[in-house]
Amino acid sequence: MRIQLSVNGEKHEADVEPRLLLVHLLRENLRLTGTHIGCDTTHCGACTVLLEGRAVKSCTVFAVQANGKQLMTVEGLEQNGNLHPLQAGFMAEHGLQCGYCTPGMLMTSFAFLQKNPKPSEDDIRWAISGNLCRCTGYVNIVKAVQHAAAALAQGGK
Amino acid sequence: MIPAAFEYHTPGSIKEATALLSRLGDDAKVLSGGQSLIPLMKLRLSSPRHVVDINGIEGLDGVREADGFLRIGALTRESDLEASDLVRTRYPLLYDTCKVIADPLVRNLATVGGNLAHADPANDHPATMLALGAEVIAVGTKGERKIPIGSFFTGPFATALSPDEILVEIRIPASTARSGGAYVKLERKVGDFATAAVAAHVVLSAGGTCDQVGIGLTNVGLTPIKATQAEAALKGKRPDAAAIKQASELAAAAAQPSDDLRGSAEYKKDLVRVLTARALRRAVERAEGRK
Repeated sequence: MRIQLSVNGEKHEADVEPRLLLVHLLRENLRLTGTHIGCDTTHCGACTVLLEGRAVKSCTVFAVQANGKQLMTVEGLEQNGNLHPLQAGFMAEHGLQCGYCTPGMLMTSFAFLQKNPKPSEDDIRWAISGNLCRCTGYVNIVKAVQHAAAALAQGGK
Repeated sequence: MIPAAFEYHTPGSIKEATALLSRLGDDAKVLSGGQSLIPLMKLRLSSPRHVVDINGIEGLDGVREADGFLRIGALTRESDLEASDLVRTRYPLLYDTCKVIADPLVRNLATVGGNLAHADPANDHPATMLALGAEVIAVGTKGERKIPIGSFFTGPFATALSPDEILVEIRIPASTARSGGAYVKLERKVGDFATAAVAAHVVLSAGGTCDQVGIGLTNVGLTPIKATQAEAALKGKRPDAAAIKQASELAAAAAQPSDDLRGSAEYKKDLVRVLTARALRRAVERAEGRK
């Protein structure tokens, strides 16, 4: 089946089997390997991308369901060589160790901060409760999101 | 994990969808949020030859009050229910429930209609809808019909829907004064199914007795369970400690859990007793406007 979709503002076309999962389309057909496959069972959130602005697990969406839709992946965060405040926050606060969960954490946090720009710590922990990290214990991830929220509130960098 | 191959259909209307389903019969599955169906297909526990994606059909989502009901479109995402002021302020049982289904990412796609039509006894909305006395609107090639929620779940993962029918709407009697509800779920972690969960709904009379009582149980049997004896025991009484104790013991007696890695059957039965008492107390507090 022929599909068209926009990823990080760029239009793509692909001819896919209906059973192809969105995460495989992104990684294998479009070579956008920033999105990770973690558990492959809808638990871990490493494969989180934005589908029409909503954070979803791309291992649990068929590529054909994204036909005609707007997507954003972790590759879309950086703009003109500048890291997004969330990426800068994860660096500054040591919000990652192995980095496997990071693309999913970033995309979930990105969608979350758009809806809730001044979150409490509890709000952040609630928002990322569908994203598993097995290294950091979440403390620094929460700090990284707070860092980004503060930076975004001051206009951005 | 790769699902078995299937043919993908995107009907643009309910009529088109039901005609397709009628033609394809048992070879087809309806795809709404996909958050149960796709994992099952990846595990090859389900390998439908045809998938009918209803997400392109207009008018199947949204939450509103009309004609004495809260009307929930089948394609309403759990996260939209959670974000609805109407649900948060007037339907606390429903609000409690949609906050604890799976996790926030899954709730961005998962639908209320799918949660019911999938008929997994571990799903959370079935118990809530049993407690609230909801009805389900189904549309098939022969037209529309109403199915009371009490006769909707016919077995594990089985419903009263015929193969050509689509669940299009859920109707809950509109919230009234002195009504309240609560959903209390014990889960090992966010995203897990309930070890057990209890939905409770009460409507109090001016004198403080229970005019209506609804109690639904999650994941303690082969289907969602309506604890009818517990409901009957509390109806007409003041919801004091003794009456709630009696109802919670009857709810535990109605549970038919089995041993699994979440706990023994004996433990889960006792859990139902404890959770029923908590859910009823909170429902009564809310009905009295105390919380």
